Amino acid sequence: MSVDSIFVHKMWNDYELSKMVPGGVPFPMLSDGGGKVGTAYGVYDEDAGVENRGRFIIDPDGVIQGYEVLTPPVGRHLSETLRQIQAFQLVRQSKGTEATPSGWKPGKMTLKPGPDLVGKVCEVWKVEMEYD
Amino acid sequence: MSEKPKIGCARPTGGLVGQSEETKEPQTPQSTKEVKKMVQVGKPALDFTAPAYYKGEFTSVKLSDYLGKWVVLCFYPGDFTFV
Repeated sequence: MSVDSIFVHKMWNDYELSKMVPGGVPFPMLSDGGGKVGTAYGVYDEDAGVENRGRFIIDPDGVIQGYEVLTPPVGRHLSETLRQIQAFQLVRQSKGTEATPSGWKPGKMTLKPGPDLVGKVCEVWKVEMEYD
Repeated sequence: MSEKPKIGCARPTGGLVGQSEETKEPQTPQSTKEVKKMVQVGKPALDFTAPAYYKGEFTSVKLSDYLGKWVVLCFYPGDFTFV
């Protein structure tokens, strides 16, 4: 979503983005002329008249699980967004019985919060696990 | 082809995603400040409709139509910019 019109979205997709991604952008490109939706989400920069790089993860119940907002010059890293979605999906599937520690990615150990784990996280999670 | 959706302007609907029509508050103009407070992790997203370009067609998208699916909503500064 940006403040550009759907006509400019069409030109950008058809003329440039389709050269980077075969078939073009595979999801709807939304137009928010005037920034009303961006304002509601707290990402519209009134002075610049554009929207900052906001990214919201919304679960199947319509609940916001996470967001990130960057100023324009720095791009996102999609793999971190995907990792977070996988983590939220795991937590949701476990009905909240599991949690993903810092550095978690699919296949790695999860934590099962409860009385037995209090004061014992240091036994099952090591700082190196943030990096491996 | 089925009936084309009406393409209006982008606007927050005034409701939250997952909120039933009956419980929706009347659509009174809300100040930005009030709305901002409602964007919070663990809380329902603000619903909106917006015009869209998708698969070669102009259409309209409503966030609450995606209930039941995971959604990534991305904002960016502008088409034909660089990052």
